[in-house]
Amino acid sequence: MVLMKMKFPFEKRMKLAQGLWLLSWIATLAGAFTFTLGCFLKTELRRRAEVMDNTEIHAVPNTLMIVGLASLGINYFAGRMCQDALDAGRFPRWKTFLQPYWGVSLLFTLLMLTTVIMSYAMKGNLEWSLKIGLKNGIRFYKDTDTPGRCFQKQTIDRLQMEFQCCGNTDFKDWFEVQWISNRYLDFSSKEVKDRVKSNVDGRYLFDGVPFSCCNPSSPRPCIQDRLTNNSAHYNYEHQTEELNIYIRGCREALVNYYMGLMNTIGAAVLSIFLVQSSVLVSLRYLQTAMEAVAGQENTEIETEGYLLEKGVKETIMEYVTPVLVFLQLNQVGSEDAEAGETPAK
Amino acid sequence: MVLLKLQFPLQRRVRLAQGLWLLSWLAVLAGAFTFSLGVYLKTELLRRAEVMDNTEIHVVPNILMLVGLVTMGINLFAGRVCQDSLDSARFPPWKPFLLPWYGLAWMVCVWLLSAVVLSYALQGHLEESLKVGLRNGIRFYRDTDVPGRCFQKETIDRLQMELRCCGNTNYRDWFEVQWISNRYLDFTSKEVKDRVRSNVDGRYLMDGVPFSCCNPGSPRPCLQNHLTDNTAHYNYEHQSEELNLYNRGCRQALVDYYMGLMNTIGPGILSVISLQISVLVSLRYLHTSLEGVDPENPEADSEGYILAKGVKETLMDVKTTVFKLLQFGQVEAGDEAEAGADGEKAAS
Repeated sequence: MVLMKMKFPFEKRMKLAQGLWLLSWIATLAGAFTFTLGCFLKTELRRRAEVMDNTEIHAVPNTLMIVGLASLGINYFAGRMCQDALDAGRFPRWKTFLQPYWGVSLLFTLLMLTTVIMSYAMKGNLEWSLKIGLKNGIRFYKDTDTPGRCFQKQTIDRLQMEFQCCGNTDFKDWFEVQWISNRYLDFSSKEVKDRVKSNVDGRYLFDGVPFSCCNPSSPRPCIQDRLTNNSAHYNYEHQTEELNIYIRGCREALVNYYMGLMNTIGAAVLSIFLVQSSVLVSLRYLQTAMEAVAGQENTEIETEGYLLEKGVKETIMEYVTPVLVFLQLNQVGSEDAEAGETPAK
Repeated sequence: MVLLKLQFPLQRRVRLAQGLWLLSWLAVLAGAFTFSLGVYLKTELLRRAEVMDNTEIHVVPNILMLVGLVTMGINLFAGRVCQDSLDSARFPPWKPFLLPWYGLAWMVCVWLLSAVVLSYALQGHLEESLKVGLRNGIRFYRDTDVPGRCFQKETIDRLQMELRCCGNTNYRDWFEVQWISNRYLDFTSKEVKDRVRSNVDGRYLMDGVPFSCCNPGSPRPCLQNHLTDNTAHYNYEHQSEELNLYNRGCRQALVDYYMGLMNTIGPGILSVISLQISVLVSLRYLHTSLEGVDPENPEADSEGYILAKGVKETLMDVKTTVFKLLQFGQVEAGDEAEAGADGEKAAS
């Protein structure tokens, strides 16, 4: 039972070949565009690599780049094939090439679809990576004299100013960490000694945040320390004060930013996937229609084109059976394996 | 004495027309480029319009935009003329337009050159404008409850963070202004009362700066208050501390930024001028060589030149024509008008 059979008179075959040529060039450009989208996403992820704990999310842009390059090749060959299609003499030389071509192109087209699904599925992964990365960044904020960590302060400050966020989940994360280095604390003063003695680890903790948490839109000059103490500042109530520092946490800000990017990229890649699929379907119809012409004296006859010669199930069985036979042969078995082999032949 | 005479056989004329057609399309693109440069510069100036006192500097992008559009127009015209040039039937209708075209093309080059010169000459004006604008911005920083000035704080804060600068000339400008609003000062406390009484105007002045002056590149958390008091902070010497705040003043930062922009735009405009001059010269040669063609033998050689007489003589001719026009316009007695008319009749 042939799948989706269509009649192709000579005129229609001509139009199909011309349309496919144009479509394959559009799809080539789309493949190049996919590659650039992958590069762009990778660059954006690498810019904030210092606040990410692992690079698993990089699988999305990597796959996009691979798919982009592959689709450049796939569509280039599709264009070449349809250029030769209308010449019954030149088309048969592509025959041996077509079987592996279908395999590769179907694989990469499906990979394109999986990339879009991955970009949504890996949101949790990204959030976890950012949680750990930001936690470390805040912990090592004070270590501007430790090699390897000396830029954490600048990184976190610029991140908070650029994304208009404060802390990991929110600004209270700064209260649980000592973010002022011991080099700048006067250990002879009573206030410092009290604070350091008040907790088990001997850390200088206080209810203050760095200057990069300050919101420029606030009508009053920024209040950075003694945030929970209403009497420390004139005309101040910390429960109702919303504009003083950024309320949003940096994890949420970064996740929103990257999800926004991936949403836009996902929509573009989906439309490119549709273009790519239409190229493959048109090429299949052209191939099957031209195969019926081969060997005929009158090349202008009407032929039939189809997607699959047998039904979907039978085609799959056709491919799977040799694999199963191969597996049975490899089984460490006795006459059963030989018996299994003989009827399969 | 003819200026820069050249021989033009038919082949050369054809090549000149083809080359000019290509050149005129390049010049149209160059005109579009000039227009977009003008738009870009104007957008950049408008972005910081709140810290500028006047808009005199806007004359540079305005000229660029206007001249860009005019350039596109005249080069489209030049392209049409040279398309028709090799057809001896279609070329003559264009002839009367060519003389004003030369004038207009010359004016375009002059205006573009003046735009480049102005962009350097107006640097002083820009600096003055920024000085006054920033001084006002710093003075009204605290007036977040006054309509019309309520965004000064956010503007100045974002400016200082983005351009990495502090104050007008440097950070000390903040010491001379009360930048904390009275709404947030506790006038019952001794410290506030002392500070307010210590100066004539009753302002709360302190040696502190807003948070937007803080430098993220500093190894220690930002020190904003008691900046001149070494004992107020542990391990702090204000004379040697360089990384705590931004050292540059915002006026300097903005002037550097805009001069950098204009330095980049300058060479682009100069190349547009040279392109336009080459279109002008080529069209003049094409025009004069086609005029020299013998109508009975259209494929013969002809001569092309830039000016029929020398430069001096051409200028004298132009002067005489202008005087004649002026004489016609003069309100004069009958005798002089008649004598002038008689004189011209004799001359022509």
